Amino acid sequence: MKAGIRRGVNAVMACLTALAALLVILPLILILAFLVYQGASAVNLDFFTQLPKPVGEPGGGMANAIVGTLTLIGLASCLGLPLGILGGIYLAESRDRCLPWMIRFLADVLNGVPSIVIGIFAYTIVVLPMRRFSALAGGFALAVIMLPIVLRTTEELVRLVPASLREAALALGIPEWKVILRVVLPTARAGIITGVMVSVARIAGETAPLLFTAFGNRFWHQGLLQPIAALPLQIFAYAIAPYDDWHRQAWAGALVLIMMIFLSSLVARIVTRGRYSGLR
Amino acid sequence: MVQEGGTAEGLSLPRLALSTKTAGRWGDQLFRLLIRASALALLLIVSGMVVVMVRAAFPSIKAFGWWFLFTSTWDPVAKHFGALPLIFGTIVSSLLALVIAVPLGIGAAVFLSEMAPSWISPAVSFLIELLAAVPSVVYGLWGIFVLAPWLRTQVQPALGSALGFLPLFQGPPYGVGMLAAGLILAIMVVPFIIAVSREVLLAVPDSQREAALALGATRWETTRLAVLRYARSGLIGAILLGLGRALGETMAVTMVIGNRAEISASLFAPGYTMASLIANEFAEATSDLYLSALIEVGLLLFVVTVIVNALARLLVWSVGGAVKEVRE
Amino acid sequence: MADGIIVRQLNAWFGALHVLRDIDMGIDPGAVTAIIGPSGCGKSTFIRCLNRMHEVVPGARAQGQVLLNGDDLYGPGVDPVQIRRRIGMVFQKPNPFPTMSVFDNVAAGLKLDGVRNHAHLDESVERALRHAALWDEVKDQLGKSGASLSGGQQQRLCIARALAVRPEVLLMDEPCSALDPIATAKIEELIVELKKDLTIVIVTHNMQQAARVSEATAFFLLGEMVEFDKTPRIFTNPRDKRTEDYITGRFG
Repeated sequence: MKAGIRRGVNAVMACLTALAALLVILPLILILAFLVYQGASAVNLDFFTQLPKPVGEPGGGMANAIVGTLTLIGLASCLGLPLGILGGIYLAESRDRCLPWMIRFLADVLNGVPSIVIGIFAYTIVVLPMRRFSALAGGFALAVIMLPIVLRTTEELVRLVPASLREAALALGIPEWKVILRVVLPTARAGIITGVMVSVARIAGETAPLLFTAFGNRFWHQGLLQPIAALPLQIFAYAIAPYDDWHRQAWAGALVLIMMIFLSSLVARIVTRGRYSGLR
Repeated sequence: MVQEGGTAEGLSLPRLALSTKTAGRWGDQLFRLLIRASALALLLIVSGMVVVMVRAAFPSIKAFGWWFLFTSTWDPVAKHFGALPLIFGTIVSSLLALVIAVPLGIGAAVFLSEMAPSWISPAVSFLIELLAAVPSVVYGLWGIFVLAPWLRTQVQPALGSALGFLPLFQGPPYGVGMLAAGLILAIMVVPFIIAVSREVLLAVPDSQREAALALGATRWETTRLAVLRYARSGLIGAILLGLGRALGETMAVTMVIGNRAEISASLFAPGYTMASLIANEFAEATSDLYLSALIEVGLLLFVVTVIVNALARLLVWSVGGAVKEVRE
Repeated sequence: MADGIIVRQLNAWFGALHVLRDIDMGIDPGAVTAIIGPSGCGKSTFIRCLNRMHEVVPGARAQGQVLLNGDDLYGPGVDPVQIRRRIGMVFQKPNPFPTMSVFDNVAAGLKLDGVRNHAHLDESVERALRHAALWDEVKDQLGKSGASLSGGQQQRLCIARALAVRPEVLLMDEPCSALDPIATAKIEELIVELKKDLTIVIVTHNMQQAARVSEATAFFLLGEMVEFDKTPRIFTNPRDKRTEDYITGRFG
């Protein structure tokens, strides 16, 4: 094969792969551009402060949905964070033989389960016994989604803390559990926060598991045992409805949701930039 | 990294230099119990999920048996439930997504890890991470108001007139339907394929690339000879991970697939997937059998995605062993 | 057949780090030239400049003249890919392609060149394997994976792979450092045979090895070539004090 042909093939393949990369980014640019275009014009103060108006009436906002999403994230974190962080410490520190391996495998399995199936689980466990949709059910579903992410991130981060640090603490006569809580965890703190923020970004956008757990609400929720609105749920409901004004609000909601997600990812990055570099 | 030695019960910290006071032992045991219990919670959740769902699906399993998988009527009123159209829709939309996403995804991954100048890679990777962070419902929104109309007014008529002799491209151009679902799934799955493929490619040792280069191979030939062959099973794992994601994807698909439980040869026709069925009908299921059938579909989805994901991880781990899982 | 290499004013950098300074050297055809020196002295960088592998690393750069039979390898418009057909390389750690059989490994370079004729491939592979003193050991196992051989055999496989494309020069970067003494001895025997047809440049941290196999030896220190002379002379009566210190084990 002549050298020229081989060089030619090389150039062609370089172009083709570059084209693939370009085509991949294209939808992102298109979607974000459109989102900003449609959403920015629709977002106004009303959006953040008002409740949805009755069907057919223009105006109103998604204040309850925004608060609802934050509430759900809070609920999910109450269950997901402690279990995830403590479980992660177990995986990193334990010398048991097969349990850690099994837990790790199950965490990976859980990570891959479609979120709607997790919604079914939350439905059977929380909604059915309580006979109603509730914020609690939604929070539970989101916690189950968040758990494996926090678990694996914490495990990784705790492993990264050097043994010399532990030894120094132990040599001072500090009991093991205090060493972990007071020395190891704080050192890994920045990375764990990243993991938390990543999981928060993930569950903030989850709609499917909430469809029959939190269910959505056009008004303020009356306590955690009642259905609650959530931003992605509201976006979905508005998008498939026939009203133009609702479509406009759906775009606004989408923009706000994406901003929330990108913001938390950004915060995670910034928080870990300085302190984290010592650990990598 | 954590050293050998330690107390008898299980924590792997270095041996204590001083004798432990009783209060310390106490705290240790409690702590150890606490963290073990937290880890066991995961076990509880996963096994609970299986048990609970099987139990809830049982009435439907008993009523329809294996025919559930092969019947194509989904009739809540007459209480006949067959999952075939859903299985069909799920498979077709996911396959269509892979057909588009795999060449693009692996091509982009090869570009980023082997062929691109060093400054491009971090920038593009960041953009791709952003793509992965966009929630499904936002993709769906874009799908309804941008993609579907475009398909309905431009793409489908064009395909219909140019390739209409193929049953794939026959039928009225609705915009929404299998084609829209496949496209949107492709867009959602591509970032995962790229992320995992890149890690797999980076795990190929440099000595392999050097061996090829020293023989006088061009950049592309080196990639083909030394990298892609070596990383083959890992790349297949990446593809399977993408498949796993596509199978379970719910919201975006629900919003653009047309939600009709029918089997059709045409890509223009509306369809239904297992996930979108559940999303649409679960909250309104009127009878116990209905609910049970829906949960059985959920169980099916669960089993399939677990198998695909487990296989995928095995393959990805076989290259280098140091490949981290994709964190979403 | 065998060509000599003339190096003039060769400089190399990793980013801003100047790792090779003004190297001038003449490598004789049909002989083995050894490069010795302590870690970090630039010997690996030097031979990687000879087949333009150095610049593959991002941020790495080389400048100067390297004349192979009169052709300047760093001249304008010269394709590095073509150079590596004329100058082959064997690495420190054997790196056969694990997904390919022994046969395919050796044939890899030929196939890249577009050789498809089975008879031609068979003949070239056998010739290369004989030349690398590996034929008798693998002739019945040509279909086995390249990675299934022992360390020493893998290295000879890599040598066969490099020889299959009939280079004029063979560069060897510490080829025996990952091998046991018996495998090392076999490769040293091989080198003595090979130099009848090729020019060989070998980097080694093992001075006895350099004394055993080479005709000429160059001593590198901190990126400079301190001394270059016939091997017996370097090891018995070096001119530079630094060379003498290194050889007598005072450092390195």
